[in-house]
Amino acid sequence: MKYIEQEIVLKKMNVRNLINSLFKGIFLMAVVITLLALLILLYRIGSQGYTHLSMDFLTNFASRFPAQAGIKAALVGSLWLMAIVAPTSLILGVGSAIYLEEYAKKNKITDFIRVNISNLAGVPSIVFGLLGLTIFVRALSLGTSILAAGFTMSLLILPVIIVASQEAIRSVPGELRDASYGMGATKWQTILKIILPAAIPGILTGAILALSRAIGETAPLIVIGVPIIIQFLPSGVMDTFTALPMQIYDWSSRPQQEFQAVAAAGIIVLMAVLLFMNSIAVLIRNKYHKRY
Amino acid sequence: MGQSVQEMIAQSKGKKNKQFIEKIIPVILFLIASVSVLTTIGIVLTLVFETVTFFTRVPITDFLFGTTWMPFSNKEQLFGIWPLIAGTLKVTMIAIVVAVPIGISAAIYLSEYASETVRRIVKPVLEVLAGIPTIVYGFFALTFVTPLLQSFFPEIKIFNAISPGIVVGIMIIPMIASLSEDAMSSVPKSIRDGALAMGSTRFEVAWKIIVPAAISGIIASVVLAISRAIGETMIVSLAAGSTPRFDGDFTGSIQTMTAYIVQVSKGDAGYGTTIYYSIYAVGFTLFLFTMAMNLLAGYVSKRFREEY
Amino acid sequence: MTMNSSAITSDTVMEKELGNSKSVYKTNQLNLWYGSNHALKNIDLDIRENEVTAIIGPSGCGKSTYIKTLNRMVELVPSVKTSGEILYRGRNIFEKSYGVEELRTRVGMVFQKPNPFPKSIYDNVAYGPRIHGIKNKKILDEIVEKSLRGAAIWDEVKDRLNENAYSVSGGQQQRICIARALAIEPDVILMDEPTSALDPISTLKIEELVQELKKDYSIIIVTHNMQQAARISDKTAFFLNGEVVEYDKTDTIFSNPSDKRTEDYISGRFG
Repeated sequence: MKYIEQEIVLKKMNVRNLINSLFKGIFLMAVVITLLALLILLYRIGSQGYTHLSMDFLTNFASRFPAQAGIKAALVGSLWLMAIVAPTSLILGVGSAIYLEEYAKKNKITDFIRVNISNLAGVPSIVFGLLGLTIFVRALSLGTSILAAGFTMSLLILPVIIVASQEAIRSVPGELRDASYGMGATKWQTILKIILPAAIPGILTGAILALSRAIGETAPLIVIGVPIIIQFLPSGVMDTFTALPMQIYDWSSRPQQEFQAVAAAGIIVLMAVLLFMNSIAVLIRNKYHKRY
Repeated sequence: MGQSVQEMIAQSKGKKNKQFIEKIIPVILFLIASVSVLTTIGIVLTLVFETVTFFTRVPITDFLFGTTWMPFSNKEQLFGIWPLIAGTLKVTMIAIVVAVPIGISAAIYLSEYASETVRRIVKPVLEVLAGIPTIVYGFFALTFVTPLLQSFFPEIKIFNAISPGIVVGIMIIPMIASLSEDAMSSVPKSIRDGALAMGSTRFEVAWKIIVPAAISGIIASVVLAISRAIGETMIVSLAAGSTPRFDGDFTGSIQTMTAYIVQVSKGDAGYGTTIYYSIYAVGFTLFLFTMAMNLLAGYVSKRFREEY
Repeated sequence: MTMNSSAITSDTVMEKELGNSKSVYKTNQLNLWYGSNHALKNIDLDIRENEVTAIIGPSGCGKSTYIKTLNRMVELVPSVKTSGEILYRGRNIFEKSYGVEELRTRVGMVFQKPNPFPKSIYDNVAYGPRIHGIKNKKILDEIVEKSLRGAAIWDEVKDRLNENAYSVSGGQQQRICIARALAIEPDVILMDEPTSALDPISTLKIEELVQELKKDYSIIIVTHNMQQAARISDKTAFFLNGEVVEYDKTDTIFSNPSDKRTEDYISGRFG
């Protein structure tokens, strides 16, 4: 007796193929929906915002009157913020990654640091805001300065930069290390002259992506009390300031319809900054694609 | 060259220096690496201390068991956390309903059906979606999704749980899709080939072999996405309103934990007031929720890791 | 631990056969463990100056481990333990006061896979002198040229010194790596299967180069290729399961081995 009747199998095959096609369609739909969501979002913001986009918008300060509202203070403020966040987070992130990849012994403390970093990555940004408010703004009396906000943001993106740097360092082939040690180089010489140069593209790519996150973050800034209406440019890191997402948040939450166009224009500026940064990351990635 | 290289090396200065550097560098790097640990400690201590101060003014039982959140009341301030939790859960639930089917389906398509070309186009798009600042999503929810919903369901108010829920869902789709896709792609090709060679359809391979094999990674991605949704701030601050309520209504204004912190922060509740301390108590609750989710995700992916 | 009988025989042979040249490396009762894996057992070897010493044996016999012990690169593997002594020019390299960097400055190494740094050819060769404090550009130029000439690759790369070292062929990369090792004028050059990743023509070039280099350097080369050992070496040590089965003049090992296992290996019965 045969257990498998070929005829029945064939008949069922048609149904099975039909199910396969059906689900393939469903799965494809999910991808299409995702792409559509992005397209609609970009289109909406573009069409809402382009009317308000002009040179004046970039060079004006914020205003009660939608027509005169500009983004100058926020744009400059975000650049100031980056001037603090970029070096701080890079030094802390790359330093931690070098320690973990090159020096850390396999022990409880190291395990703890690793687990801690991955958990830190999952802490909501608004909680970092509470940390910044308590430690930097109040305890260290930095006030709502660029420095306080910059430190807060640096800690927020620190886990991302550490993990990206760790991966970049790990991907440097062990043979290069061996070659350097074989020449009588010390550990630090090997790290500084061989490993870091080889890992720099990966580190920078990760760091730029992390910095773009910091540029777009709003919640921590609100919590540490960054103001919105600012009619001057900061002249130092201890000055108070405002940033792009803060300004956009303010415009978005105003009831007047006209401010929506202003907010959308602000978003276009923010997205342009992000696009610019991401293109640099892609450029770096392409220029230094794997050479060993 | 008058002398041999080895002689020059022997004469070169800085040997002492070198030894000192080799000793001091690991110490400096260790101190740098401990900043991340200090950050965690700082977060925990900050939340704990300020929350304790809060509980000296508001009994902890009121906070944990109260179902009315009325901090701005002139008569009697009430700090029962449940309305804020309810608001957070409403938004999170809708986000999950939107993001889980779409995210996992997209992951299956990318991992099991898509050609290399499609993958090369879609993956960067997911990255772009993941990189859009949440303030942009919030604006999108308020000015596009809500009016769109209202045109179909007039009973939906300008501030509601549904619109931000959907948009938070869109925001976490990339997370679920790419983490799940990673999990599915790491199932070895030989397993796939084995099933295909027995006459399975692509769908049967995906549904009966790949998804079960990658289930720990898929679940972990969903749990992490839930954590993200719980902690999401700007979308709900802009589009969900500021009405803490403990009920089952999704169509009207609500308030989430994060939105409350924002509301207080941008207002002028002075330092030292009970309201000021309440944001730490709420922040602590939020922190516990997300921490539990993160630990759960870590546990799931470790405990149920498949051996190939 | 019992003393291995064959080790004793080869030891006595050694005294008679190795000749009077000065010894560079003298290994006495070296044992090495990776965790609980006993990888090298009671090694005794006397390696002589200005000769090519080949180390042969099947995969996993410990030959690579041994050569990496000679410049203590083996210690980069965690959980390595050693006992016994290796005298380099009369001084025990395991001595506490003996800095590994100092040792490795005297002993150069060439690896299995060509591993130039992702830098220019010039920077690759100048790497060693630079880290050891030689900064003078004119001197560096001289060292680079001399080393590249020494590695018989100067004519092929002299017009492209500023190009990335990965832009040349695998065989050329390996000779650049040799030049890089020569740049600090080491006393000994350790070669760990330097031709295993190369095509036959590149292999031949490296073999010729080794013959050339032995005038100025002592060379220890690990190879899985017995013909190669026969072609280029003066002495050959046969390793098996972490022990030295036989160590003698290469001619003797290949024509008249005293141990049955050596004969089996050389005639291709295993390995």
